[in-house]
Amino acid sequence: MSHDQGREKLIRMANQIATFFMSQPEADRAKGVATHINKFWEPRMRTHLFDCLDEGASDLLPLVIEASVMIKRPTVPAKVGASGGISKPL
Amino acid sequence: MTLIHETDYGTPVSRSEKQVTLTIDGRSITVPEGTSIMRASMEAGIQVPKLCATDMVDAFGSCRLCLVEVEGRNGTPSSCTTPVAPNMVVHTQTSRLKDIRRGVMELYISDHPLDCLTCAANGDCELQDMAGAVGLRDVRYGYEGGNHVRSRNDGEINARWMPKDETNPYFTYDPSKCIVCSRCVRACEEVQGTFALTIEGRGFESRVSPGAHEHFLESECVSCGACVQACPTATLTEKSVIAIGQPEHSAVTTCAYCGVGCSFKAEMRGEELVRMVPWKDGQANRGHSCVKGRFAYGYASHKDRILNPMIREKISDPWREVTWEEAFSHVATEFRRIQYQYGRDAIGGITSSRCTNEETFLVQKLVRAGFGNNNVDTCARVCHSPTGYGLGQAFGTSAGTQNFDSVEHSDVVIVIGANPTDGHPVFGSRLKKRLRQGAKLIVIDPRRIDLVRTPHVEAAYHLPLKPGTNVAVMTALAHVIVTEGLGAEQFIRERCDWSEFEDWAAFVSQEAHSPEATESFTGVPADLLRGAARLFATGGNGAIYYGLGVTEHSQGSTTVMAIANLAMVTGNIGRPGVGVNPLRGQNNVQGSCDMGSFPHELPGYRHISDDATRETFEKLWGVTLNNEPGLRIPNMLDAAVEGTFRGIYIQGEDILQSDPDTKHVSAGLAAMECVVVHDLFLNETANYAHVFLPGSTFLEKDGTFTNAERRINRVRKVMTPKNGYADWEVTQKLAQAMGLNWNYTHPSEIMDEIAATTPSFALVSYDYLDRMGSVQWPCDEAHPQGSPIMHVDGFVRGKGKFIRTEYVATDERTGPRFPLLLTTGRILSQYNVGAQTRRTENVAWHEEDRLEIHPHDAEQRGIKDGDWIKLASRSGDTTLRALITDRVSPGVVYTTFHHPDTQANVITTDFSDWATNCPEYKVTAVQVSPSNGPTEWQEDYNDLSRRSRRIAGKMEAAE
Repeated sequence: MSHDQGREKLIRMANQIATFFMSQPEADRAKGVATHINKFWEPRMRTHLFDCLDEGASDLLPLVIEASVMIKRPTVPAKVGASGGISKPL
Repeated sequence: MTLIHETDYGTPVSRSEKQVTLTIDGRSITVPEGTSIMRASMEAGIQVPKLCATDMVDAFGSCRLCLVEVEGRNGTPSSCTTPVAPNMVVHTQTSRLKDIRRGVMELYISDHPLDCLTCAANGDCELQDMAGAVGLRDVRYGYEGGNHVRSRNDGEINARWMPKDETNPYFTYDPSKCIVCSRCVRACEEVQGTFALTIEGRGFESRVSPGAHEHFLESECVSCGACVQACPTATLTEKSVIAIGQPEHSAVTTCAYCGVGCSFKAEMRGEELVRMVPWKDGQANRGHSCVKGRFAYGYASHKDRILNPMIREKISDPWREVTWEEAFSHVATEFRRIQYQYGRDAIGGITSSRCTNEETFLVQKLVRAGFGNNNVDTCARVCHSPTGYGLGQAFGTSAGTQNFDSVEHSDVVIVIGANPTDGHPVFGSRLKKRLRQGAKLIVIDPRRIDLVRTPHVEAAYHLPLKPGTNVAVMTALAHVIVTEGLGAEQFIRERCDWSEFEDWAAFVSQEAHSPEATESFTGVPADLLRGAARLFATGGNGAIYYGLGVTEHSQGSTTVMAIANLAMVTGNIGRPGVGVNPLRGQNNVQGSCDMGSFPHELPGYRHISDDATRETFEKLWGVTLNNEPGLRIPNMLDAAVEGTFRGIYIQGEDILQSDPDTKHVSAGLAAMECVVVHDLFLNETANYAHVFLPGSTFLEKDGTFTNAERRINRVRKVMTPKNGYADWEVTQKLAQAMGLNWNYTHPSEIMDEIAATTPSFALVSYDYLDRMGSVQWPCDEAHPQGSPIMHVDGFVRGKGKFIRTEYVATDERTGPRFPLLLTTGRILSQYNVGAQTRRTENVAWHEEDRLEIHPHDAEQRGIKDGDWIKLASRSGDTTLRALITDRVSPGVVYTTFHHPDTQANVITTDFSDWATNCPEYKVTAVQVSPSNGPTEWQEDYNDLSRRSRRIAGKMEAAE
């Protein structure tokens, strides 16, 4: 999968979640999206989502953008090479 | 250990509350009204001779051996058909009875071969026992004359003699030994509900006949084994008993196939399994079985089983056998290297829904405590993850609400997206039994599954919806119930959040959700849908059973919520006969979910971000746990392709064959640097593995499985692991190699740790399970006996939550290129990816996957029955043979995914459930065209499979 395909899939997943919550009572919508993504999306996925948001992805549904202020932005960048606390190989 | 002998009471138990006291042979006994004299006698410890009676079927009264005398009554009534009465005085042994019985036995034996010493039933023959019991010493009639025993009489052909029928791979039918007691015929009717057997002819010509005088294999027989179990002689005998002899000891264990979780006695001779016999006290199966659990265990000793660990540097290399130590140290070094190089989160694990709770618990513990991340998932991701999410939202627990016994109290049953007679056969039989007693059935399925019309069962409604429109149909059912005022208002006011209900009721009442408005895209005629809704709302106890046809959709979770809504609006929660019942696919899917296999939650469905829960485990395990959710299986594969996920430990799951969009799965696996597969066989995923750790079967280890009704059943070790280690030991040794200080000496210690950390398992221990037989969680101080029915006095979450369920069409649409919708399912004789059942004689019933296509669609394409066809979607293409049938509607095609050469998942797409990423297996837009043979992908893949099964120093195995 290329980077573009990965991005496309991530946006589709975020939009699917938003589509469900758009049908819910108004007060629950943005909060519902944010809670769902915080609960089930691994930091790498949230990082990619914020990459899309920061780029101003036009294909994200407005509800995702509205919810993004409540989505936790991962603190540790999920980059290749970050040893993440593993000090040495065995 | 000894052979477990179960008492046969002769006739089924009476459920009457009223007690009756009578005297039998001078002993006073009190039994429920409706009990037979035979059963009452047995309960008093008096065994009345019998042949045609057994407690798995109703009394028949044909053998005339169980006669008794009742004071004040004339004659000698049969004790099996005579119910007890108050103050009755019964004599079971008088000189008159003795004479009659001996005379009856004399007649039986005069037409029976006297080859007892060489007979397979020697030591387990009721005819032999009864001859002994009645004191038969002589047969005055002799053995000459008309008989069914000998092929020739005085050199002349004996037309009454019939040769053995050995067509069924698992049992033989020897008509010469038949006493025509009808037990097999009645077991097939009453227990299995297939009606494959009958008695043909009359009088002395009477014979047991499969179908219309067919062979067993060609008849409708589904090989469930009930007839073999019922047979009192060697007429129907397991071939394994013929080959080995009678077992000498046995242990009660749990089937490792589907989520029904049947209890069996594994009957042994030494370490050799003689046969599996369903256990009468099994709470899930009540003494019944299907062809898989009863007979299909041959894979455990199949030559393809890998018994030594193996390593290879590159997936293009042949495998090299190594010691366990080398394998563990290699994996530990590789995993730590990957983490050092690419980050702590670059590895993960998959727990198995086929392994025990204890093994699953250890794998997730290894990931969380050893890998230091939460990248753990399980195959429930691709089957019932929406059940967990949807029911969790609506009710507060991620599990079904009932026990299987509950169906005996149902009046209306909805079966949606499930095919119980194939996928969950023992439950299917129990459901059919209830339907024959008069309960009504509503089937919601694109295909005309067997339950729609099968002997003595006919669905009141079949709603043949278009694949992908479940939410619209379920919401339309709710529309009818709400707008016609058929809801259970009092229940809703008491149990549910009323304002959420009002919001939901207004939503479903919209005209857009009416059956008339949705008919155009669901394909379900509005009047049928209205009729079904009215029946469900007003027909008494209503139960909903569902399967993967509900969950494996882009709106899987939404449909589960819609099912919960429907149960609540009709007040069908919290008592026997009702409820929401997910039929789980694999033996321990429920258990693997319970044990914290999902990346976002710890055992007992507690979110990883919950500090108190983490603290419980951190204290016990001496580590700090990551509070962020980990990657789910599809996300792991995405991350692998992207380069941030490089190593995986997969216990007992074949993601390459079972997960959707095979090409994406293989790309993900190929991108990893250390793929560790822990399995019985070199499965398809192992084509991409660097390390293979041989696994053990359910016969080779102790543990527990949790079935679809939350029942925790013991699995008992009856033989030494052929590979050397039970799976929990392999995981423990891997953990030790990675520096973890684990020292479990028996799986019971793992269960103790589960109980200590997981409130819903608080009272569970092996001692307790041995005492109770089994328990259904939650099993804690408040529910010491376990919880057969949930949400009895209120929902676990407090108030039941009604949730709006808006239909959203899947992005997977038909169009000019791909005009048909493909949906997938299972068949009775095969299980999941077939790794086990394909390595048994079950292939006699299903040797290949076929594409079911409607005659209209086939004709348009010039396809005839049995033709090779090409099946193509936007993901890929494959070939298989066509089966033309009007079970599927025009526009819909259907196949199974049991065979790796078919590679049905090359076709399925990467669309998934919005909430859980459960793949949308059940809807793929496809085109079907005639074909000459395998596609390029199939040929390439076969080549890869062949190469990746090479083991250095061994001959290449022929497939």
